[in-house]
This record gives sequence, structure tokens and C-alpha cells, in this order.
Amino acid sequence: MEVILAGAETPAQSRQRPDSPPLLHATGITKMFGAFKANDGIDLAIRPGEIHALLGENGAGKSTLVKILYGVLQPTEGRILWKGQPVGIPSPSAARKLGIGMVFQHFSLFEALTVVENIALALSDRKSRSALAREIEQISVEYGLPLNPSSVVADLSVGERQRVEIVRCLLQNPELIIMDEPTSVLTPQEADDLFVTLDKLTARGCAVLYISHRLEEVKRICHHATILRHGKVVSECDPQKETAAKLATMMVGVEVRKLSSDLPPPQNTRTRLSVTDLSLPQPHPFAVALSHISLEVKAGEVMGIAGIAGNGQGELFDALSGERTCDRAASVSIDGKPCGNSGVTARRRLGAAFVPEERLGHGAVPRMRLSDNVLLTRHSTGDHLLRAGVLDTDAARQLADRISRSFDVRKGTPDPEAGSLSGGNLQKFVVGREIDRQPGVLVVSQPTWGVDAGAAAIIRQALIDLARSGSAILVISQDLDEVLEIADHVAVISKGHLSPSRPTSGLTREEIGLLMGGMGEPLTADRGALHAG
Amino acid sequence: MRVELVRRGERSAAMAYLSPLLALLLTLIGGALIVIVWRLSTVDLSNPASGGFFGALQQGFVDYGRFLYVFFIEPLTELWSLEELVAKATPIILVAIGLSLCYLSNTWNIGAEGQIAVGAITGSFLPIFFPDWHGPFMLPAMLVLGMLGGMAYAAIPALLKIRFGTNEILTSLMLVYVAQLFLDYLARGPWRNPEGHNFPDSRAFDGGQVLPTLFDTNIRISLIFVFIAAFAAWFLMRWTKMGFQIKVLGQAPRAGAFAGFSQNRMVLLTFLISGALAGLAGICEVAGPVGQLRTSVSPGYGFTAIIVAFLGRLNPIGAIFAGFLLALSYLGGEGAQIALGMSDQTTRVFQGMLLFFVLACDSFIFYRLQIVRTPTLQTGTVTS
Repeated sequence: MEVILAGAETPAQSRQRPDSPPLLHATGITKMFGAFKANDGIDLAIRPGEIHALLGENGAGKSTLVKILYGVLQPTEGRILWKGQPVGIPSPSAARKLGIGMVFQHFSLFEALTVVENIALALSDRKSRSALAREIEQISVEYGLPLNPSSVVADLSVGERQRVEIVRCLLQNPELIIMDEPTSVLTPQEADDLFVTLDKLTARGCAVLYISHRLEEVKRICHHATILRHGKVVSECDPQKETAAKLATMMVGVEVRKLSSDLPPPQNTRTRLSVTDLSLPQPHPFAVALSHISLEVKAGEVMGIAGIAGNGQGELFDALSGERTCDRAASVSIDGKPCGNSGVTARRRLGAAFVPEERLGHGAVPRMRLSDNVLLTRHSTGDHLLRAGVLDTDAARQLADRISRSFDVRKGTPDPEAGSLSGGNLQKFVVGREIDRQPGVLVVSQPTWGVDAGAAAIIRQALIDLARSGSAILVISQDLDEVLEIADHVAVISKGHLSPSRPTSGLTREEIGLLMGGMGEPLTADRGALHAG
Repeated sequence: MRVELVRRGERSAAMAYLSPLLALLLTLIGGALIVIVWRLSTVDLSNPASGGFFGALQQGFVDYGRFLYVFFIEPLTELWSLEELVAKATPIILVAIGLSLCYLSNTWNIGAEGQIAVGAITGSFLPIFFPDWHGPFMLPAMLVLGMLGGMAYAAIPALLKIRFGTNEILTSLMLVYVAQLFLDYLARGPWRNPEGHNFPDSRAFDGGQVLPTLFDTNIRISLIFVFIAAFAAWFLMRWTKMGFQIKVLGQAPRAGAFAGFSQNRMVLLTFLISGALAGLAGICEVAGPVGQLRTSVSPGYGFTAIIVAFLGRLNPIGAIFAGFLLALSYLGGEGAQIALGMSDQTTRVFQGMLLFFVLACDSFIFYRLQIVRTPTLQTGTVTS
């Protein structure tokens, strides 16, 4: 840990924030969604020629702010000055007219078309295809974005596809480019190429608003950083003058919550869930590959996996549940029985239960009644819901009622469709359906995502109670407060790597924040260089 | 003011049953427009004898009244046409029951017409090559071979989808034409009756090679197959784990995978079931009303069954009712052709409108209409 910290603290190269009046100045931006303040009086000033980092956890309000600047959303309050003039940005095309471009994390390209065709589709003024191709070539040479205009997008790598998006953006001569986590889909080498391009852009006076949570990158390339937490600006700083640890603390906050479990986790119990050296390639280009993941959860304990969204949590869940199997049986063991190559039903029969992140359409079928949804995960677990292949609907209904009673699932009719329940009530049902089985191993992803405080408390307490009764529980959550509240051990997932687990007591938020910011990943070549420097 | 579709909390059971009736009503209105426009187009408006525009309009309404009678009532007034109705409804319903299972699992077999043709071919193999066999096992063997043929042919698009991810809508549809042309070739070429005066038909099946009739009518025992198949499919969907799997995978594939159900297995299974029923329908035509293998054994029953499946709410029992309605449209179309001189495509137009309207009306099962008065925008506030 210390070694990495020392490396990260070394400034890569000195960068000076340009000293000029702001190109874009947003003041007092507030955005309400119902009673929820996604943005709360945000001030942001971006100067021409700077790379301005926007840092924050999931749900800090980054996306909302960026959508407002790009005209996708309208602010509830606040105003935006562009070159000193107050402007309204009613739509993305208005933003582009002003000179604001955006490169999204997920690309919008037609795979069957060529590069030049894709770009022509996005441009409002008509040019001949060959003139456009020449222009694309010119820009790609100028900014170091090698690209063949006549290649078909389907044949391009993810990095090349991003270049198409950037070139498309540059053709409109933007003065401000918003980039949403541009390196999350790139290899380290591709990321380095992108940074060279960004330097060329800023050298010409173009400003870049760079959204990221990867501290090392921000320290390396950004001139200035604005840090959001819970919808507010908590700090502005020069990332090169701050340590990665300081940035992490600003990002995740410092307040400490008290744990609510009365009993300490039992000591020296047997391992009920173990994962050893689990690696899986990415199933599609926007997914994350799992890389040498190992973990152990013992009877009686809750283990938490923290991390920022999109770092492999979904892929890990699928690998643990058996929705995606791997070739090596030994990579996942439940109660000592290897089951890495067997499917979800076999793993349930071994005593494991799973609660996925997405309630509707994954954990439950929205248009089916609760009594049918009970059957979804418990058709083969010895609950006597089937007799000689024929459904016992009475038994299923009784089971649904039992779950609803013990987890206080509020419903309008005796057996409603799952999709008609509120988020919190459905989540109580989906979690309750598994806990009701008293599973030996429970893997649960985002147990309280989008759930009101009352339901969240019931769910967390039920998880702790289940653990103390001798089960092993793995909680994958992006809510750091939740992980710290209920987990006995914590590991952090970052770009498909899992850090070693640590006891929650004696772990500081700063340490977790650093791991979430990618500082716990194995060293790559360029981090090695940082160490040397 | 504008009209919005607002999502309902739960599906509306009432709308699920009302939707086909509403669709039928809209089809009748659409049909009226077509008949009236058709009448207007045939009248020389400049000729005073025709009564001018209003005269033609009036004539159009009269025609439509006759059209409705000929289309919907007349076929029900005589015994022979009722028997004809059952004969046409039988293959349509058999196929529609299989397709209902397919569509419930979100698998799209559009090629039942081809599976009917292949079922007819494989089922006709025995009576054509062994014309003297009439034993008690002959007919069952023909039926089994017909079902196996339909299954095997339906397995092609299913396996292509599982192995290569091809779109089963396209492959199953394209295979229809392959099967039809192959049937055409057999009937004109190798399987033609050598004593048939060069007509492109096989030898006529007889004795133990044709389906017996029920009571003293022309209705064949294949009607019983319809009820057996409908009950079996209803039981499967309502009471078995297999039916549960079909529904889960059809509605939420991700939840199906989470439940441990295999999408690929279900694609194959539903294609095989629907192929078997289409094959059965094919051989029942050949061994029934048609009585020999011809260049074509079905006037589009495989496609009509798609409409029947949806009109019957993808429910096997519903398919029986819908099947009789669509069978009526075949008879009514012929009647309209004879009595009014309308095109022989009238049946197709009627069926197409019905499918269009029923799919449109099905939106109201999950959505309801709401009239929204546009609020006056106040400056300074923004609605999200």
C-alpha cells in the first residue's frame, strides 16, 4: 500500500492551469428529481485550454451536471455563462452550436457502416463523402488519432471506435469537449494515446471536462479538479498538488458510521464460499474481464465488495451465481464442493442463494404474480412446489405469503404482479425469497439500491441475522456506507481485479477510496514508470 | 391537449378479452370503408344513371350489408358449409396451438406453412409407395411420419438460431418456399400418379389410408385431434414446470437464465412442438379433405394460424374460437367473390386487417389512454 501511495504522490509532469477568464461558468446549478436534489447549487468554471476533472462517487451528481451542460437535462435553478454571456442550452444540438461537444462512455455507432458513413450521419451540413474522408484524415493526423475512413466500424477495436466518436466531435470545431469516463473501456496503451490527443487539443485552446474516478489518471493529465459529493461541490483543487489519498478522502467523505451488528463475527469457522483464481474474458466489448479473483467467505460473516459501478461487479455476480460458468470447477466452491462449471440450479442445490442487482427482469418477472415468482428460484430446491412435474400453486401461494409476512412486503392485492410493487417492497420480496430458504451461502448484489430507508434497514438487518445464524454472505455494493455498515471484511473491485480483503474495523475510508480509484490494481508498465520517477 | 399512453400497474384482464372483440369491430369498420371505396371506384360518376356520388355511396352501403351477410352469416346457414367450416378450421387450429406455445416463449416460428407441406410429404410416403397397405397401423403410421417430418423441418431454423444466432423469423419463413417448391416438384414429377392422365397429383388415397369421418357427416376425426392438442397445451401451460419455463423465458429471458432455464433448449422444444402439429395438420389434409398429394396442400393455413394464435390470446382454448372465425373468412371470401364479384384476395385483406387491429388493441392491455391538458409553461420553472 505505502509503495503505491508513494508512487502516486509523485507529480507526473508539472501542469499549469491557464490563467484566463472562464470559457464556461455555471453558477448555482440545482436539479431536482421530485424531492431528490441530484445537483445542489453547483458552481463550475472551465477555462479554455485546461483539462478539468470532475470527480465523484456513483450518485454524486456528475452525470446530471454533465447532462445539463450538454442540454440533455434542464436545470431547476442556476445559470450558465458561455464566454461571459448567459445562455440557455435547451438541447444537445444547441450545445453543439455553442461549441460544446461530448464523447459518451457508450458509443452510438452503426456497426455495419464505415467510419465516414457514421460521421456523415451525425453532421448537419452535407458534404461529399470524399471531401469528408479527406477532412477526417486531416484531423486524425493532426490530433494523433489514426483512423481509416473507409473501415467498417464492426472491424474496429473499442479504442478505434472511441476515436471515431472523438473525430466526429472534433469536426464540429468544439471549444469544450466533455468526456465521460473515456478510459474505462480502453487498454492502458490506448489510454496513453488518448492522453496525447488531449494534450494536442488543449494546446490549441480547447477545454476538456474530464469525468473520471480514476485518481491516477486525473493526477497525471488534469490541470484542475472539481470534486462532487452528494450533489454538492465539496472541493476544488489542483490534482497534482494533492496526494491520491487526499483526493480519495474528498471523494468518499470522512464521516464514520457505527456498525449495527450486536454480535461479533464468529472466529475460526469453516469456509462456505471460496473463489480461487477466477478469470473470465469479457463477454462483450463494454463488459469487464475478471482477472484472477480469489476470495473466501466463512460461516457467520458478511463480506462486502465495494467498488465503483462498471468495474466488474455484474460479471462477478454472474460468475458466482453460475449464470456464466467457467471451465475450471475449482474456481468456485460452495461448502467445499467445486462448482465453477455447473449452472445456477446446481449451485442452488448446494445451498447457495443469489439476489441480483436488477430486480425487474432478472430477479423477478414483472408480469408474473408473486406466487409464480417464488417458483423462479425455488423450483428445484426441495420446497415441494412441484409434484411429479405438476405445479402446486397452493404451496407457492403460501410460500409467497410467508415471505411477504416475515419481510413486511406491502401489497395491494393478495397476489399481485411483481412489477406492480414499489421498488422497496419488491426488493424485500426478492431478498426474502432467498433468506427464507436459510441458504448456507448468499450472494447479494446491491441489496438496497433505490430502496427507501425503512426497507433498507429491514434488508440489512436480515442479512446480518442470517450471517450470525451460520451462513456466509457476500454483499456486492457500490454504496460504501452500506458496505462499511454491514460487512465484517471488505475487498474492493476495480477493473475486474479484486483487492485482498481486509477487516472492516481498522480500515479507513481513505484506504477504500484509494482502492476504488484504481490504486489497488496490479502495476502496469506506466505505473512502474511512476514509481521510478 | 394531447393523448398519451400511460402504463398500467398490472395487465388488464378485461382488455385481454375485449381486445379481439374491439379488433373485430375495427376490422368491420375498415371492411366497410374498403367495400364502399371499391363500389365508388366501379361507378362512372359522370353518368347520371348511376345516381352520382351519393347514389354510389348508397349502393356501397347496400353492398356492404350484402357483404356482411355473405361473409359471416351465409356459411352458417347450411349443413354442407358448416362441415366445410370445420374442415378448414381443423388444420388452422392445430397449427395455431403449436404457434401459441412458440410465441409465448418469445420464439418466432413463421414457417408453419412449410412445415405443413413437409408433413404432407412425409406422411404421404407410405400410401404412395405401398398403395396396397390398408391395415390398422397404416393411418397411425402416416400421422406419425407427418408429425416427424414437420418436426424435422422446424428443427432447421431452431438449430440455425441456436448454433449461429440466425433470426428464426427469416429462416423459418424462407424455408416455406423451399418446402412448397419441393412439394410441387414431387407432385409433378416422381410421385405423380402414372395413371392420372398427367394431372399433377399423386394417386388418390383410399380405405385405411384416409381419416374416417365422424357420425354421418363429412367431419373427420382430425377434429378430435384438435381438442386433444388444445387440452394438452392448456395443461402444459397452466400446470407444468415446462409451461412455466416457456412463460418465464418468453417474458424475461434474463430472469429465465437466473432461474436456471435454458433458452436454447426452449427454442428447440417449441419449434419441435409447433412443427409436429403443423406436420399433423399437413398429413390430415392429405389423408382427409384433399385425399391425395397435390402441388399445394394448404391455402395459407400456416400463415392464417399466426393470426389465430394472437386472436386467441396465445391460449390453446382461445385458438379454437379464433380458428373458427378465421375459417369463416375463407368461406366468406369465396362467397364474396361469387356473390359480389370481389377479388379473391378479400380473405387476405380481411385477415391482415384483423391481425393489425388485434396487435394494436393489445397495447391497451398494458397501457391506458390518458388525455393530458398541456400546462401553460411558466417562465423560470422547468419541468423534467
